[in-house]
Amino acid sequence: MSAVIAEQVTGNTPDNTPGTTPGIREGAFGNARALICRECGHEVELGPHYACMECFGPLEIAYDFPVVTREEIEAGPRNIWRYKALLPVPTDIEQSPNMEPGFTRLLRARNLGRELGIETLWVKDDSTNPTNSFKDRVVACALSAATEFHSKVFACPSTGNLANAVAAAGARAGIKTVVFIPSNLEKPKQVNSAVFTESLVAVNGNYDDVNKLASEIAGEEDGWAFVNVNVRPYYAEGSKTLGYEIAEQLGWRLPDQIVIPVASGSQLTKVHKAFQELVKLGLVEDKPYKVFGAQAEGCSPVSTAYKAGTDAIRPVKPDTIAKSLAIGNPADGIYVLDICRETGGAVEDITDDEVRDGIVLLARTEGIFTETAGGTTVGVLKKLVESGQLDPTLETVVINTGHGLKTLDAVADSVGPAATIDPSYAAFVKTGLA
Amino acid sequence: MSVSVRVPTILRTYTGGESEVTAQGTTLAEVLDDLEASYSGIRARILDDNGALRRFVNVYVGNDDVRFLDDLATPTPDGTQVSVIPAVAGG
Repeated sequence: MSAVIAEQVTGNTPDNTPGTTPGIREGAFGNARALICRECGHEVELGPHYACMECFGPLEIAYDFPVVTREEIEAGPRNIWRYKALLPVPTDIEQSPNMEPGFTRLLRARNLGRELGIETLWVKDDSTNPTNSFKDRVVACALSAATEFHSKVFACPSTGNLANAVAAAGARAGIKTVVFIPSNLEKPKQVNSAVFTESLVAVNGNYDDVNKLASEIAGEEDGWAFVNVNVRPYYAEGSKTLGYEIAEQLGWRLPDQIVIPVASGSQLTKVHKAFQELVKLGLVEDKPYKVFGAQAEGCSPVSTAYKAGTDAIRPVKPDTIAKSLAIGNPADGIYVLDICRETGGAVEDITDDEVRDGIVLLARTEGIFTETAGGTTVGVLKKLVESGQLDPTLETVVINTGHGLKTLDAVADSVGPAATIDPSYAAFVKTGLA
Repeated sequence: MSVSVRVPTILRTYTGGESEVTAQGTTLAEVLDDLEASYSGIRARILDDNGALRRFVNVYVGNDDVRFLDDLATPTPDGTQVSVIPAVAGG
């Protein structure tokens, strides 16, 4: 480790000497240097903090990155820890019990590309993570932080996928978990959490209500690590690995266009951050790329603001089958607007029927059963091509964030047997399927 | 009108470590003015230079986000609970 590449930071110096909170072991957060406010640049030392004391802006991890080579990364494990030098985790992270998510498949989607008229299309399929969604990535980083902070309880407010990932990772790590979900959540997602934890709490309200409750509890209870509240800066960095993997799997280069679902907007901003870091570290060549955001019409505050040409994101009360995207007050929405506009992308939304169509289209072209968020992303991809916002001659990546078995009900009434027949050849012939 | 105000961790330096304080006012704006009188400096943490709610803070009157109500003009009936909570992303 020789030269140090310091991230560009603005403004203030840290409140305290850079380092870690007392009681935290040396190197607990790898090359992470401090927490920095994304809004005003104010820095604080590493700790379980998430909101800027000056302006309430979100705190993010700032690093002193060492020189990292492609070869070092490629020699790492086939999971997200191959990028551990770029994450707020210790160098011995592989020694801790974790779900080892990541390095999911990047599939060349020739059939879907042909159907949509896109020349080169890839699906980054995160449904193959341990609990079948991309949330295993962020939770793995959050679990590392919670462990280093000696937290007693591992918790989250969730629209489902995150609850599944927290419950499973907590079980594997032997730490108590308490997960909070909206009470009207899809049954499979409830079961997928309850099987891992005895402490699944269903809250009468939507995700934003659950999030409010979790924030209040986080402010009162010592020793609780809410993955997406008080350890959020560490958690959110896990989404960067999606961007790293896409670039590595493309042969260490960036795609021309990428379509990403938008709930809170965190994932989209972190994939963009990953691409920027890879360029800064010299691991990929700098090039223009466009980032597109996907929302469902029943919860599309970011898309609405994008189309209105404003930065003012008005919160909404969600009403869509895409419940994992049903965050009516998306805290990172403003950054999604910035990134999509700066890169020449867009934010688009589709109806629930188009979400269902997107699920079936991906399934019948590529053999991938996606959840409603993925159906939203595929449906938006289709709409972007049809409207001319996305260039079909450019290499495009679409992200599938989770597995369709979690949201089975969304398409249960739309698909089924083509015929119900007696067990005779004659009856089969009558179906016209021969 | 007397209301209780739940204070987030990062503002408790202003309230002497108290997580819940009482304040007076018939609207959220008045409640914030009264808070400022008792805990100097706290209002500027919640409102920006234009006097609007900061982008990354959510304020609730009862269980409702005031952005769905009348923002700073939202009525604060006697006994209401006001909650000030940092906005966080990621579900």
